Amino acid sequence: MFPSNESFVGALQKKGVNRRRFIKFCAAMTATLALPPRYVAQVASALEKAKKPVLVWLQFQDCAGNSESILRSSHPSVLEVVLDLLSWEYHEIIMAGAGHQAEAALERVVKEEKGKYLAVVEGAIPLADDGVYCTVSGKTALDIARRVCSNAAATIAAGACAWDGGLVAAAPNPTGAVGISEAVPEAKVINLGGCPQNPANTAAVLVHYLTFGELPAVDQYNRPLFAYGRIIHDQCERRAHYDAGRYVQEWGDEGHRRGYCLYKMGCKGPQATYNCPSVRWNDGTSWPVKSGHGCIACASHRFWDTRSPFYDRLPSVPGFGADVTAGQIGMGVTAAVAGATIVHGIASAVRDRMRTPPGASTPPATRGPAEKN
Amino acid sequence: MARIVVDPVTRIEGHLRIEAEVNGGAVTDAWSSGTMFRGIELILRGRDPREAWIWTQRICGVCTTVHALTSVRAVEDALGIEVPANANLIRNIIAASQYVQDHVIHFYHLHALDWVDVTLALKADPAKTSQLAESISPWPKSSRAYFKGIQDRVKALVESKQLSLFSSGYWGHPAYHLPPEANLMAVAHYIEALEFQKDYIRIHAVLGGKNPHLQTYLVGGMAASMDPNEPGATINDERITFLAELASKAQAFVDQVYVPDVLAVASFYRDWFGRGEGLGNFLSYGDYPLGGVKDSTRFYLQRGAIFNHDLSKVHPVDPANVTEYVTHSWYQYADGDQNAKHPYQGETSPKYTGPKPPFEHLEVDQKYSWLKAPRYQDHPMEVGPLSRMLVAYASGHSEVKAAVDGVLAKLNAPATALFSTLGRIAARAIEAHVMAGQVSKWVAELGEKLGHGDLRIHNGDKWDPDTWPKEAQGFGFHEAPRGSLGHWVHIEDKKIKNYQCVVPTTWNAGPRDAKGQRGAYEASLLKTPIADPERPVEILRTVHSFDPCLACAVHVVDAQGRRYAQLKAS
Repeated sequence: MFPSNESFVGALQKKGVNRRRFIKFCAAMTATLALPPRYVAQVASALEKAKKPVLVWLQFQDCAGNSESILRSSHPSVLEVVLDLLSWEYHEIIMAGAGHQAEAALERVVKEEKGKYLAVVEGAIPLADDGVYCTVSGKTALDIARRVCSNAAATIAAGACAWDGGLVAAAPNPTGAVGISEAVPEAKVINLGGCPQNPANTAAVLVHYLTFGELPAVDQYNRPLFAYGRIIHDQCERRAHYDAGRYVQEWGDEGHRRGYCLYKMGCKGPQATYNCPSVRWNDGTSWPVKSGHGCIACASHRFWDTRSPFYDRLPSVPGFGADVTAGQIGMGVTAAVAGATIVHGIASAVRDRMRTPPGASTPPATRGPAEKN
Repeated sequence: MARIVVDPVTRIEGHLRIEAEVNGGAVTDAWSSGTMFRGIELILRGRDPREAWIWTQRICGVCTTVHALTSVRAVEDALGIEVPANANLIRNIIAASQYVQDHVIHFYHLHALDWVDVTLALKADPAKTSQLAESISPWPKSSRAYFKGIQDRVKALVESKQLSLFSSGYWGHPAYHLPPEANLMAVAHYIEALEFQKDYIRIHAVLGGKNPHLQTYLVGGMAASMDPNEPGATINDERITFLAELASKAQAFVDQVYVPDVLAVASFYRDWFGRGEGLGNFLSYGDYPLGGVKDSTRFYLQRGAIFNHDLSKVHPVDPANVTEYVTHSWYQYADGDQNAKHPYQGETSPKYTGPKPPFEHLEVDQKYSWLKAPRYQDHPMEVGPLSRMLVAYASGHSEVKAAVDGVLAKLNAPATALFSTLGRIAARAIEAHVMAGQVSKWVAELGEKLGHGDLRIHNGDKWDPDTWPKEAQGFGFHEAPRGSLGHWVHIEDKKIKNYQCVVPTTWNAGPRDAKGQRGAYEASLLKTPIADPERPVEILRTVHSFDPCLACAVHVVDAQGRRYAQLKAS
């Protein structure tokens, strides 16, 4: 939306976005990223200088739910994400060109923006039977992913399928589907699990990248801590009912009408981490537990197999003894998260250093578990 | 003779490839191929039928919610569960608002760029654009200054040479006929529709926690609890007011922006009332129960089939007559690939026999798609908004008839003009108009129930699997935005034994059958004029008019064939 030699803010002003609104946007981003308020100025300053980096969005064995999710982004709006923050040059579900012209657009980015562009992957990648289960323009998903993601500055795995194969890789995994990290080990990947991914988090990762020139601090699954560092049960609006022993016993009963805890109806909140209860969905309107149904832990690793059956109470989930309470399970997850939080502390300290500006030749590194200190 | 390949077909859901033969500037034959396969039905086997909806909803994130609804209906049918009236009402509101959402996104974000040249908006006079907008609609965002602002944005975009999503369009193609002012108006509304869709779909967030992939269905009803006075209830008086406001704003957007834009665009492309005709056979399962889901005589949109363009007769529809072929699909049947099978007897083993990737062309005389070929009484059928509106029109649906006749009068076109590429676009807009109104009515009805203390949302009689018979099978249906959707489930020992979906885009985008009958896309592309084989925008126009959804379309079941390991989490 703005000439390549013009700043983001200049472009925003041109289309009537004043500085106040811009700072409000930066503040919202800073909050989502769980940065201290003093970073508002830094986010604003980095975005003011930012040139538009190029982004390509690849769809493989997907349902397009993550694409639809990003279309629902509100702060920033999808238009700001797609046209103003970045130059969004390939995304099959919404791009103008098709066929040869679409292929050429992708190829141009890989060649001319090599090492500088961002890639987003949505959907799993089938490895069985030479990859015949997903082809685009006659090429396999694996071929395209290798070429595009290994040449990208960083790759965002949007949603469960791109992270760990998701539903497509659930048993018996008929097509040998895997996530992008497994398909293209050399790619620098940040995982945004969830089914779909929450667009507020994706936008925050993009803004973080534009601000600091690198991806945010991550946990052992390469997921950003700001989004995946806390247990849902601990953030849940129904938590007080759990603590008081007030449960929904049957769908539609008095407890259900009053918003009691859904633990007995199979809620996986105590065994799931995500910022779903605080960020919520669709402009902060709601989230699944508010709509009366238990959490299915859609941001957890391989949740389709590890967190189902979805209506069984947690203690009967294989791997936990029948006498384990939800609280104890919660503690187990908390311990794992606490480990990651220490890493987060270090990463935050690192963040205080001056950042390489976006567009600089050094691609940002995603810290894997081995490199975290 | 030239072979045109369009792959990827973009601005659709999923992975679609079109190959077409062009002779003398027109398409003489066409093949439609789905190029992605996941095997979700295989993954479902052995799992709890009560959660099948959570899994099947992920068949598609564009038509999110539609497989969830169809799935709970299939399991409820198998177990003989009747859902409370409130649950039915909430389901109707979610499904109808999905129509409005989906149709708006389809027209502006998936289809408009086939008719609108964004770059021509630069040549528009904002004052004349304002006059044009005000001549067709009372929509308030129509000032000269407003359109000037939009034009400046487009100018900055073009001058930046970073055209983002618009970088690879067929700009300047001779098939674009809109005057600059109409292009500018359409670009403005493309942007407004982006805002609209994210606001409006909060209806789904209220009732289902989030969109995409709502999380509020239950076998036996809905999880959205109701209580007028409880802040903790999903639906209370405050939420009803919010839903009513969203529903009312949508009616204004559809009636003052979407419908007038469709009429305006259509008036510049009247040739396309004579193109993209297709099969002439139309199917609708009907939907939106006003009584029980079994009483198809009380569906808001009627059930029926139309053959050979004959609007004088609406045939009854029995889902028992649905079959699928795999003659040209990458699957095999144990007793030969020439037979058609009903979903309950359905059998599929995926077997790819196409060219090894990377490839240039498919072997179209052999098998060439991951889609099967569904047939009704052995006829290929078109499904979707056009089918629904034609069945409703021919069945005497008063609101639909009034809306269709109104649009035809404005376009000065006969009813037969609807059998076309533009007919599909018009039918979708008409449906959005009718259903946006229904959302408001049903929200009001839900509010009344709340006020009268009718709070029942779930029938828990069969929630406990111990109450189930050893074996059961059921059929669930829904008229999804893209057309007739059916799920067939077979339950044994409290687990899913077999699951099969026959999906709208499988009907429309499926390949040929054993008799060589073309699918709906393939038939509709015949005779399409192609001005420039390198930039076949005309193919996109007709294919997009169906609103393809390929993720939905590709599925597989394995009724008697291979055995898979028990699918228990461990």
